[in-house]
Amino acid sequence: MLKSMYEWLDKRIDITPMWRDVADHEVPEHVNPAHHFSAFIYCFGGLTFFIVVIQILSGMFLTMYYVPDIENAWKSVHYLQNEIAFGQIVRGMHHWGASVSIVMLFLHTLRVFFTGSYKHPREFNWVIGMLLFFVMLGLGFTGYLLPWDNKAYFATKVGIEIAASVPIIGDAAASFLQGGEVVGAQTLARFFALHVFFLPGILLALLGAHFFLIRKQGISGPL
Amino acid sequence: MSEKKEQKPSISRRRFLTYSIASTAGFLASGVLYPMVRFAIDPLLQKGSDTKFVDVGPADEFGPQPKSVEFHIQRKDGWYKKPGGEKATAWVMKTGSDILALSPICKHLGCTVKWEGGGHKDHYYCPCHGGLYTKDGTNVPGTPPNAPLDMYETKVENGRLMLGAVKPRGGA
Repeated sequence: MLKSMYEWLDKRIDITPMWRDVADHEVPEHVNPAHHFSAFIYCFGGLTFFIVVIQILSGMFLTMYYVPDIENAWKSVHYLQNEIAFGQIVRGMHHWGASVSIVMLFLHTLRVFFTGSYKHPREFNWVIGMLLFFVMLGLGFTGYLLPWDNKAYFATKVGIEIAASVPIIGDAAASFLQGGEVVGAQTLARFFALHVFFLPGILLALLGAHFFLIRKQGISGPL
Repeated sequence: MSEKKEQKPSISRRRFLTYSIASTAGFLASGVLYPMVRFAIDPLLQKGSDTKFVDVGPADEFGPQPKSVEFHIQRKDGWYKKPGGEKATAWVMKTGSDILALSPICKHLGCTVKWEGGGHKDHYYCPCHGGLYTKDGTNVPGTPPNAPLDMYETKVENGRLMLGAVKPRGGA
């Protein structure tokens, strides 16, 4: 039945070339762990993406209960974690996934560095990768405040002070992040906005460019 | 005489691999998605909280004319509990010796009805779509609501009127 449904669609909108274009591509021997087990290091980029997908999904579900307000943020997190089925699991996925995604991203960066894959003609993709790295750090930083507990509060205070220490633009950056005169209601609201709208939007755009370039230029050759 | 007949396998290697990969991927995806979906649909599976009787005042202050009383329900809405409780209203009247306490929530689409609202004599009136109910809460045919107003459970203790859970009275 699935097959006839697919064929019905395919006859009308010709979807086969679309997914073939995405799915059918050569995997060179030197990046295939089935040939050389050490090629598993080429999986780190894909694993990073896999974790990012889990982060996006679990984050979407968390916003069904979370509220970005200083009176209720902590209470809503406590409620969703302790009184909703699988709350601990879903929040746990987002909490641990945040760290795992940074680790995977870092391993992927090391692989690219030590295989020299950033070299001509792939310099631009390295730059996009670096931007992705900073966006991911930004997601980690903004997400850390959202539970509005002591750790979140003081980590953000420290983070904003660090931002303020940047020459020339430091004060402006700190005011932009803090939003108000104290780390408080306005900080939480804008960190939430950055965490769920702005940064993920930028992240997806950069990921699109990253993937487009890797398909356009192909995987770098063997060492 | 050995028969060297090529036995055609009942399932091709390609098909076997396709099924194996698809079911592994499905297993992994369901492991990720099941907790999230169950998390999201939790409100569907939660039982409502019990309603306690609330004292709304002396029972002898109500007569044959509907009179609205305001009271407060202590309820926890997720992580939020309104200080002092949620405000609720009932239209209370005496029919003989019985007390009738009607919920003001219109049975059409949930707006709030008012006794003799909008100049409708001897009726409850809903301003949203013009629903009308008679004095005992029966919906007037030809107006949008298709059921009588809900009733509060009532009891009188030491001369005080207590209101409990809201009970629907069926459609007509």
